[in-house]
Amino acid sequence: MRTFNVSRFLDSVRDAGLDGYMMVAGLLIVVTVLIMAVFAEFIAPYDPVKIVGMPVTPPSPKFPWGTDTIGRDVFSRVVYGSRTIMVVILMSTALSMLIGIPLGLISGYVGGSLDRVLSLIMDSIYAFPGLILAIAVAAMLGPGIYNTSISLAVVYIPTYFRMVRGQVLSLREQLFVEAARALGATDWRILRKYIFPNVFFIIAVVFSLNVADAILTEAGLSFLGLSVPAPTPDWGFDLKNGQRYFLSGKWWPVMFPGLMIILLALGFGLLGEGLNRMLGQKEVR
Amino acid sequence: MSLRAYVITRILMTIPMILILLTLVFLVMRVLPGNPVIAIVGMKASPQYIKKLEHQLGLDKPLWLQYVDYLGNLLRGDLGRSMIWGKRPVIQEIMDHFPATLELTIGGFLVSVILGLATGMVAGIRSGGKLDASMRIYSITVYSLFIPLLGMMLQLVFGVWLHLLPVGGRIDPGLEPPAITGLYVLDSLLALKLDSLTSALAHLVLPSFTLGLVLSGIYTRLVRSSLMEVLGQDFIRACKARGLPGRAILFRHALKNALIPILTMMGLQFALLLAGAVLTETTFSWPGMGTFLVERITYRDFTTIQGSIVFYALFVALVSLVVDLVYAYVDPRIRY
Repeated sequence: MRTFNVSRFLDSVRDAGLDGYMMVAGLLIVVTVLIMAVFAEFIAPYDPVKIVGMPVTPPSPKFPWGTDTIGRDVFSRVVYGSRTIMVVILMSTALSMLIGIPLGLISGYVGGSLDRVLSLIMDSIYAFPGLILAIAVAAMLGPGIYNTSISLAVVYIPTYFRMVRGQVLSLREQLFVEAARALGATDWRILRKYIFPNVFFIIAVVFSLNVADAILTEAGLSFLGLSVPAPTPDWGFDLKNGQRYFLSGKWWPVMFPGLMIILLALGFGLLGEGLNRMLGQKEVR
Repeated sequence: MSLRAYVITRILMTIPMILILLTLVFLVMRVLPGNPVIAIVGMKASPQYIKKLEHQLGLDKPLWLQYVDYLGNLLRGDLGRSMIWGKRPVIQEIMDHFPATLELTIGGFLVSVILGLATGMVAGIRSGGKLDASMRIYSITVYSLFIPLLGMMLQLVFGVWLHLLPVGGRIDPGLEPPAITGLYVLDSLLALKLDSLTSALAHLVLPSFTLGLVLSGIYTRLVRSSLMEVLGQDFIRACKARGLPGRAILFRHALKNALIPILTMMGLQFALLLAGAVLTETTFSWPGMGTFLVERITYRDFTTIQGSIVFYALFVALVSLVVDLVYAYVDPRIRY
């Protein structure tokens, strides 16, 4: 194992040019929001569900981002909201991967009619508008953190499946896999030792790009009132709450959660793009 | 394969896709943990009432029989009746709202294609340069824009501050054109009502721009990579060797070829348009399928929810079929 060398990492970032900077910018955004989510208790000045001031008070030293429509601190709600969205996104992504990746490995490796049937099912789900599928599942399951995670997971299973399957299809024909098979390796061993490690890096890229998408879908569900139930801070829902005040010039209950949604989606998007090109470049060299 | 044989195969291939989507909707609506009836009436309803409703919806039958009923009704074009407000047939309610969504998605589509072509061409021609880099940042950034926030900001700037455009709705009250296609812009044109046309177009601008801008980033990168690939080919060098001016090479030769692969993406892009339209509609109180679906979810109108999702599924399958057929027509290589 090589040890991680900071200066070498920075060198490779600089060499990668725009891709390197994009990746670092994305990483910084994601890490900042993660810190917010983990240390919400220490960062937020107020209880996010308690009424602490007059409704829609403009930003002031007492309430740095103002108060929302019923007088809760917007900054504290945004800080705690990062926890809600992060938990939902990580749970849903884990679930999508847990189902999508193994199915993709098996489908691509085994081939035949199993592959045809699975691919047809996954392609059909993939073709369906993601947010609308999530809305349907969420409407039937009802609100809640777990239910929202499931609704999002259903949408993104095909993304992992398709990507892993495609990789396996091309890896399966390669010489080193054939060599392993000739040496008498079992299918399970080939999948685990030779194919999966080669799929791994692409999973990292897809994860990052997919999470950017999932954040917007979660925020959409939440905006429509189909995510976590009411007093829990959630960016999309908070934005919706502020909507009726927005056009009369009271922008802060809408703007801050909205910008956070965009920032976080952008962070994962930049990270994924940068990673994609950097890993891609390595393959070419 | 002849074009006709391709068309027939492709149409046949749509059938399993539709069947899978319909089955998926069925599974989501019935088999997911949670009883749809309790979801409709809430936990506090009396057991007798729940029984009655279950019977009325056919939910007391065995699952396979429900599935057969469901597919059978769909084959007859019957999506059931709404559970609230006069119990109108679901298909009628959908037809009341679908044209609004179609109009918005067409508007959003045009905006995204125009913006995407412009930015993608700039990036493709200047590949590797500063402009190319900015277009990459553009495509990632616009895709991350959260539709409701973008929409509200446009409403604030163009509607409230500048008084240029209406902030919501489809048309000024009283100016609705006679219903022919349900698309207000088209209907006002057909009826030659100029005031309706201007009003409908003015209402369409902000929602279309919101939806189109967010999705344009996808076209930016597609056009860029496709154009770069075409520009590297021999026939472009041959054009240059013959002394054709750059503009003619780009517009007459390169672009035409570069756009072919982008056609294939339009099917999937359409799903994104429909999903984005749900958020755009709710932001701009646009009376389309999205606002309708979300409204009925709050009323727990089970049959209407199911019917709408089924309708979306059929529509998506139809669009992907049409896109593939157009692709096969434009690029004969695809048929082999």
